[in-house]
Amino acid sequence: MNSVATILSVRGLTTHFNTAEGVVKAVDDVSFDLKRGETLGIVGESGSGKSVTSLSLMRLVPESSGEIVFDGGDVNAMSENDVRRIRGRRMAMIFQDPMSSLNPFLKVSTQLSEITRLHLGLDRKQSREHALTMLETVGIPDAASRLDSYPHEMSGGMRQRVMIAMALSCEPELLIADEPTTALDVTIQAQILELIRDLTAKMNTSVILITHDLGVLAGIADKVIVMYAGRVFEQAPAVELFGRSANPYTRGLLKSTPGIADDSDGDLYQIPGMPPDAANLPPGCPFAERCERAADICGDQPPPFVQVSEGHFSLCHFAGEIYAEATH
Amino acid sequence: MNNVAENLISIEDVRVEYSSGRSLFASGRTVRAVDGVSLEIKRGETLGLVGESGCGKSTLGRAVLRLTEPTAGRVMHNGDDLSSLQPEAMRRRRRQLQMIFQDPYSSLNPLMTAGQIIGEPLKTFDLASGKDRVQTLMETVGLDRRFIDRRPREFSGGQRQRIGIARVLAAEPEFIVADEPISALDVSIQAQILNLMRRLQKEHGLTYLFISHDLRAVRHIADRVAVMYLGRIVELADTKEIYRDPLMPYTRALFSSIPVADPVIERKRERIILRGDVPSPLAPPSGCHFHTRCPFAIAECSRIEPKLVEIKPGHTSACIRISREHPHIEQNAANGLGDLMQ
Repeated sequence: MNSVATILSVRGLTTHFNTAEGVVKAVDDVSFDLKRGETLGIVGESGSGKSVTSLSLMRLVPESSGEIVFDGGDVNAMSENDVRRIRGRRMAMIFQDPMSSLNPFLKVSTQLSEITRLHLGLDRKQSREHALTMLETVGIPDAASRLDSYPHEMSGGMRQRVMIAMALSCEPELLIADEPTTALDVTIQAQILELIRDLTAKMNTSVILITHDLGVLAGIADKVIVMYAGRVFEQAPAVELFGRSANPYTRGLLKSTPGIADDSDGDLYQIPGMPPDAANLPPGCPFAERCERAADICGDQPPPFVQVSEGHFSLCHFAGEIYAEATH
Repeated sequence: MNNVAENLISIEDVRVEYSSGRSLFASGRTVRAVDGVSLEIKRGETLGLVGESGCGKSTLGRAVLRLTEPTAGRVMHNGDDLSSLQPEAMRRRRRQLQMIFQDPYSSLNPLMTAGQIIGEPLKTFDLASGKDRVQTLMETVGLDRRFIDRRPREFSGGQRQRIGIARVLAAEPEFIVADEPISALDVSIQAQILNLMRRLQKEHGLTYLFISHDLRAVRHIADRVAVMYLGRIVELADTKEIYRDPLMPYTRALFSSIPVADPVIERKRERIILRGDVPSPLAPPSGCHFHTRCPFAIAECSRIEPKLVEIKPGHTSACIRISREHPHIEQNAANGLGDLMQ
């Protein structure tokens, strides 16, 4: 493996929360590698652990274990000061709701220049110029006059562009985008995804894109992680995952998403039941109760993480068989 | 005319206006949330109403049920003009006209039990009530009958939406406006609710107005689809037809923005990416509301308000650059056609 090209290497990332109902295993033993310029998609439903994974990578949770090796240094072993120097500068994050991540009392220019003054040591004038350049880069029309707007004076799509401008201000090596388009309309979603794709390609930035919508990932991700109940259920190059999934949960998700070219009039495929209580997981596979493939072993024994081909893993007792059946 | 028999609901030139920013010192401006919409909803069908936020689709849904009074126009139900009904007659009529809401968290009273919530319409409308009836309704929507005494917070989002549907069903309605009924739910639960709605439609002969920004869900559940942009209907056709051959440039851009869960298709796909945001409904652009974002707009588009015209049988569209003879705008643009074709 070419270690020069790998920007992020995560091993056994685990984040548990102690709650009144017991220990919630929000993220349980997540491992992956991300190369420079590569885009990883993490998909899952609410409570799957996808957002806690991203917060853990930025060390924004009280405690997590495992290694988060970012450009050779383990973020989980760093002092808070060292993490602060990386966060925002070399690893940046954008969230679902730009309105709640932007300060409503500060002008856009103030919020944009704060980052570059802090991380890049620019002075007032330079940072303002830089802010203008960034607004132009993210395609805000008439950027000069928008510089001194407040967030509430902008539309949702515009605010998400400002968030992207902030995140990319210091040309980070890693951008984590947590549901960046979920609050937006589809035509604006298409704009924002195209913007993220173009800018990160230009800057050779690695991207982790977190979403509940497999469709969003199809056009942008090089590889995909599917999470369920805090675990990685499947991990594969995008074309493999969509074309030849080796996991019953992934297959269920793909089948239950209605297509737009699908002329069938029958019922949609539906995964029965609902996700398990994270504080009270069953001893075997957490998906067993809802799985059409489940056998006795699934209820009793935790499933193995099976490699079915190059870079393609599935957490399932029957991963190999399912992969073999899915010849196409 | 067999309108009464075939059309359950007729929406005739309905307008809903709000005044915005009105205060003691300023008269404020008028927002035309719904700007002259006419639609027929046939008995037993599902009409999908799609559009982006602020396009007026929810306001139209509420206006149809008179939850918001239309400023002008009328809504006919079984041949009766709803706005002419006296309060008591309207109250009785409401039994047949129900609504499913988006948010199963805020639309259920947290202090009531599931049984009380579902049983409420039975009392309101003097229908056969009692524990048995409530539990039958619970089973109809896929809820365990033993959960009758639980309160909303003890249910998941999907189960709460089932409670909301059971409550609606209790009234024995014939027409239901469903406003983003699956938007707040997880992907694996969305399919369950869509299937449930389809099954109930068949079993109870229901007619739906299904309002959603989720074009994939609408593709699956609707028989016909109406596309709305800034208060107006801009295209209307059978579902298969409109997804296969969207004609008006906004519809085309909207449909091309739908992400498809297939990387092979996604990477080859030509996507029409619109410039800019949806303009403010406070000051919609002149002429065709879409002309400011339209890649095919010509000078006339800012002056002429396009009317809905039947371009193909059963497929109407509002765009001055297309016509029966020349339905496809890209060809028209390439051939220099389409200027003032109507």
